[in-house]
Amino acid sequence: MPNYHGLFVILSSLLPCIIFLIVFISIDGFIKGVIIQNHLPNSLILLGREEVDFSVSILRNNIHNLQSILSLEILSTDSANSLYNYYFFYRAGFLTLIICITTFLAYLAGKKLNVRFDARRNVEKILKFIFFVFSIVAVLTTFGIILSLIFETVRFFSQVSFSEFLFGIHWSPQTAIREGQVGSSGSFGAIPIFTGTLLITAISMLIAVPLGLYSAIYLSQYARPKVRNYFKPILEILAGIPTVVYGFFAALSVGPFIRSTGESLGLTVSTESALAAGLVMGIMIIPYVSSLSDDVMTAVPESLRDGSLALGATKSETIRKVIFPAALPGIVGAILLAISRAIGETMIVVMAAGLAANLTANPLSAVTTVTVQIVTLLVGDQEFDSPKTLAAFALGLVLFFITLVLNILAMVTVRKYRERYE
Amino acid sequence: MVDGTENDIKPNGNYSSDNNLLIDCKNVDVFYGDKQALYNVSLGINEKEVTSLIGPSGCGKSTFLRCLNRMNDVIDSCSISGNITINGEDIYNPNIDVVELRSRIGMVFQKPNPFPKSVFDNVAYGPRLHGKIADKDEMSHKVEASLVRAGLWDEIKDRLNEPGTSLSGGQQQRLCIARAIAVDPEIILMDEPCSALDPIATAKIEELIDELKTNYTIVIVTHSMQQAARVSQRTAFFHLGNLIEVGDTENIFRSPENEQTEAYVTGRYG
Ligand SMILES: Nc1ncnc2c1ncn2[C@@H]1O[C@H](COP(=O)(O)OP(=O)(O)O)[C@@H](O)[C@H]1O
Ligand SMILES: [Mg+2]
Repeated sequence: MPNYHGLFVILSSLLPCIIFLIVFISIDGFIKGVIIQNHLPNSLILLGREEVDFSVSILRNNIHNLQSILSLEILSTDSANSLYNYYFFYRAGFLTLIICITTFLAYLAGKKLNVRFDARRNVEKILKFIFFVFSIVAVLTTFGIILSLIFETVRFFSQVSFSEFLFGIHWSPQTAIREGQVGSSGSFGAIPIFTGTLLITAISMLIAVPLGLYSAIYLSQYARPKVRNYFKPILEILAGIPTVVYGFFAALSVGPFIRSTGESLGLTVSTESALAAGLVMGIMIIPYVSSLSDDVMTAVPESLRDGSLALGATKSETIRKVIFPAALPGIVGAILLAISRAIGETMIVVMAAGLAANLTANPLSAVTTVTVQIVTLLVGDQEFDSPKTLAAFALGLVLFFITLVLNILAMVTVRKYRERYE
Repeated sequence: MVDGTENDIKPNGNYSSDNNLLIDCKNVDVFYGDKQALYNVSLGINEKEVTSLIGPSGCGKSTFLRCLNRMNDVIDSCSISGNITINGEDIYNPNIDVVELRSRIGMVFQKPNPFPKSVFDNVAYGPRLHGKIADKDEMSHKVEASLVRAGLWDEIKDRLNEPGTSLSGGQQQRLCIARAIAVDPEIILMDEPCSALDPIATAKIEELIDELKTNYTIVIVTHSMQQAARVSQRTAFFHLGNLIEVGDTENIFRSPENEQTEAYVTGRYG
């Protein structure tokens, strides 16, 4: 297998090469720092830590054309040249080293080759290792994100008390910045925005669950295969429409419509209302409920349906008493997934439900949600360690936790369902 | 789809039995789309005895069985012509209530198919559906009586609340029989009820079939000639959608009139 022999040589030389490169890139910054530190004039070091850090970062960013920052008078021309030379040799040296190692490994691998050498199995091993590394990258990234969430959240709670955040009913993080009182003032009671999320999610589920379920029942039980083949993809397109489009549909059509309808009934309705956002979000989520429910109901064995029909049950009795209960765990899973999708939805709410953190259960008033608040907290200029910014991480962590639990529940129920029919 | 042409009726075989004719099928043709699955089948089935349908697979045994409780209606592509009467009543008459018809005819399938409910709810499913029994105690009695009849009561009387799917294969099949019995049918149709079971479970079901025939008319599809010989009084042999021969089981196995039948029952088929 000459192919495999070639592949083996390539893999066993390039792979270490790539690893060295990654190592190089990740320690490059550190080494640069050390080189730069050694070139700083003593006078500067005496000025104290902050001044040094500042100069180092300027030099680091301009290391490729130190001439242009001579005017800043951090370095003399001589030491700038010397710094550049050091840097150049360090880089060139490292790259040469990598090339040497790669060539050497290629040579070793080539020597290993002979007719009896099992290159196929060795390539297999190397490939397995590569796939392992890629999956590890995905897992580590996830962990990294979670860790940073947790880390920033801890910092947030060092500035704002835990009980205020969880049980406070007043949410107005903006004031803290406007008055320039970093770390003081501003209210971070998250209850109104969680109830806002809850309200909008509830409204959207009131739309999505019945519509989604009934269409799933129709598609899986009543529709002819031909009809089903057309209907199902069309329904699924709903999930593919960008949420911004739903957003302006909600803000420009549904919102004003609800407002005018409400006013003609003598109700006060704000143009931005939880109802408008919830309704449109519900429509967006229909396929999340219908598609999976349709699948699980179709997967209920024919023999159960026939068994029920043969006992003299009508079609709708069979659906209600046998097929639906049999598919219920899967359907619950579908609904949980839909809920976690609704909780995470941002765009529609920004556009249609407003930003006001009202603590209310009235669907006709403006509310805001967790995701929307995260966006508004992070949009615009602010300091990275102000409680306002950190609050976004705390909200993000709570949100992550909620959707995680929902997704796990959904997975567990769906899996239980699968086991039952295998 | 129903036209009872009287001409060209094939012989129903010799009725050596004293029992009355309960189901009478005349000139039944069945199509799945363009494909014909049964050709002009005429077959009579006697009350309170076991009739077995045998023949190589794909010959239309299940199709015929499903004509008797109109389960073929469920299949869109399926169309039926001919005349089938039960107790003289045309079951393909447009005025007939299919749901009511099916409640008079129990069916047991090839693969045990208990509902994913408790044993009790499985048996109570039919009676609840037809609203025959409102009282709770009465329902318990009904369930118990059905399970006793199906020979399952002693084995599972302490497990009524467990899911029906947790029973063994043979128990599941007897549960399905109990479920069918619970609606008090006249007729029980069985489509290869033992093909998914081990020999011991099979023997139990065969024993049960023998007991049930005192109260019910049973039509059983089987691929096992020994089973047909053991449990049935009459046997019908199908081949390629045709009813080749029907008669007393003993005659069919000892001295069949048709060569094809003989080849099949002696195992020289093929
Ligand atoms: N639902 C169906 N759609 C189309 N053809 C079918 C269907 N069911 C059975 N058939 C065909 O009808 C013929 C008889 O089938 P069946 O009655 O199941 O035979 P058996 O039970 O004797 O093995 C076979 O050729 C089979 O392919
Ligand atoms: Mg069959």
